[in-house]
Amino acid sequence: MLQYIGKRLLQLIPVLLGMTFIVFMIIRAIPGNPAQVILGQQASPEAVASLEAKLGLDQPWYTQYFEFLAGILTGDLGESLRTRAPVAQEIWPYLAATIELAVFAMIIAIIIGVNAGIISAWFQNSWFDYAAMVVALIGVSMPIFWLGLMEQWIFGIELNMLPTTGREEVRNPVNAITGLYVIDTIIQGRFDQLGEVIRHLILPGIALATIPMAIIARMTRSSMLEVMRSDFVRTARSKGQRMSLVVYKHALKNAIIPVLTVIGLQMGILLGGAILTETIFGWPGIGRYIYDAIGFRDYPVIQSGILVVAFFFVMINLLVDILYSVVDPRIKYD
Amino acid sequence: MDSRQKVLGVSGLRTSFFTDGGVVPAVDGVDFDLYRGEVLGIVGESGCGKSVTSLSVMGLVPNPPGKVTGGEILYGGTDLLKLNERKMRKVRGNEIAMIFQEPMTSLNPLFTIGDQMVEPLRIHRKISKKAARGKAIDMLRLVGLPRAEEIMNEYPHQLSGGMRQRVMIAMALICEPKVLIADEPTTALDVTIQAQILKLMKDLNERLDTAVLLITHDLGVVAETCSRVIVMYAGKVVEEGPVREIFRNPQHPYTEGLLKSVPDMRFKQERLDPIPGNVPRPGSIKTGCRFAARCPYAFGRCLEDDPDLYETGDGHRARCFLREGKEAGAYEGALAEG
Repeated sequence: MLQYIGKRLLQLIPVLLGMTFIVFMIIRAIPGNPAQVILGQQASPEAVASLEAKLGLDQPWYTQYFEFLAGILTGDLGESLRTRAPVAQEIWPYLAATIELAVFAMIIAIIIGVNAGIISAWFQNSWFDYAAMVVALIGVSMPIFWLGLMEQWIFGIELNMLPTTGREEVRNPVNAITGLYVIDTIIQGRFDQLGEVIRHLILPGIALATIPMAIIARMTRSSMLEVMRSDFVRTARSKGQRMSLVVYKHALKNAIIPVLTVIGLQMGILLGGAILTETIFGWPGIGRYIYDAIGFRDYPVIQSGILVVAFFFVMINLLVDILYSVVDPRIKYD
Repeated sequence: MDSRQKVLGVSGLRTSFFTDGGVVPAVDGVDFDLYRGEVLGIVGESGCGKSVTSLSVMGLVPNPPGKVTGGEILYGGTDLLKLNERKMRKVRGNEIAMIFQEPMTSLNPLFTIGDQMVEPLRIHRKISKKAARGKAIDMLRLVGLPRAEEIMNEYPHQLSGGMRQRVMIAMALICEPKVLIADEPTTALDVTIQAQILKLMKDLNERLDTAVLLITHDLGVVAETCSRVIVMYAGKVVEEGPVREIFRNPQHPYTEGLLKSVPDMRFKQERLDPIPGNVPRPGSIKTGCRFAARCPYAFGRCLEDDPDLYETGDGHRARCFLREGKEAGAYEGALAEG
């Protein structure tokens, strides 16, 4: 198993190398020049050229690329052109915000999605099955920005129940340690703040959870329907086992592998692609961090940000592959 | 016959499948009794309703679309069909256990043999995990599995088909049920393993005094294992009697046809005589005897009336007009004509 993990980590190298190269070339293909953006439209060509030289942008692209790679090897992701701060330091709070939101959304999506799928399969063709699948279909087809705005309007403005923007109360800011505020407030015993942090998570969490929840529900249902027809399910019932345990113990374990795959892929997407939700709910996450960097042609931030997101995506899928062999003893990676 | 203790009494059992294409009566008025300690065979071609009969007894007919629509299944004075799901669960695996045709797929691939072996005990008995484990190991030894303790920690895919079927038998018998229903337990196995499994079931039947309802399409299996046999055709019992009696002197033309279509090593037979035609789709024959269309002795009345089961000897009954009032002469007469 350790050997397999090692092999998979080695395979990670060409993947990330390819990723960095593509991203590196694409951002340089976008019209616009960081020096020009920083100095403004009125800047003289000489000033732009001298800033370019200062930022190292006058070097040929391959020199810049190899410098970037050499930096990564030493843990240096470069400096933001805009803030002059090291990207490796600057990126963490944004990443932590995104991880917290994505994990929160995924927990909602898994709990509701998996259970809805199981119950739909258990009572196939019942009113619950039809209702859940219609809701799931609406869930996958609903535009997130519309859902987000509706949530803000109903729960934030009309009912005035939940905060609509940000991660924390502005007047009562959380003292960041790990950057994951739920953990930070618990460590510091600030349970008043913990409540606030969770209240801030709810609306963006639901918006972000909707699509994965619908996909997980549909996948669980179809996988469970297949397993429920298996001979071993009949065997379990013939032993006198109660139906709820037949479903949640015998059938679910056999049906969960395709669901795990979907969860892994969706989690990767949430980590990288929550830009819409983060924008609507003013969430200071990595999606917005990269998006803003694109506007400023902040090359190091874009490159490193996408690299980090890709790294997480690949790691989550490795974790899912390892989980397969935990669930199913027939899957061996040696 | 009646002096023996009856453990299971099925009468007038009807099980139908409600499909888009209409109602299909898969089991259409089946009666039989199972006595303590005996091995009763149910034989018939595919689709004759023998498996649905066994699932009806277990209360495991897939619903929807299937449903038991009539009759009664008496076990120890209670009608199982009247029990609710919660009470029926206490019967399954505890009083009546079942093993299935496919040992390869009947065990859950993701749980160890040990987990699955102790499950019935943990459901039906107040017993500690450790005691349950000990009992499971004893059962695995009883069904002749070597290195029982190691097998407890193994997964089904690490065992062969024959070993898995032994595990299934051990698991079914672990709560010492009074009735074991075996639905084609050897069909998926090699011939040599088949014989071992049948011998094992026969041994356990004698040692534990468990009544066995053995469902099969294989007359050889019946001859080797059963004391009595029921022949089913198109959802009905067509003949019932002691095994030796039925093999030597079949009273229903269908049974006769079945026996003729089995190769007999004792005689040099030029070729086998198959029964012409196919099993009718359940419910497709509305009037008359269901076997009439394929029967070499059929006469006018067979197409109009449905025959009853007529007594033809000691515990031997056949559903054929030729046997009405033991009219052996009519049968011989028909033989001469046909």
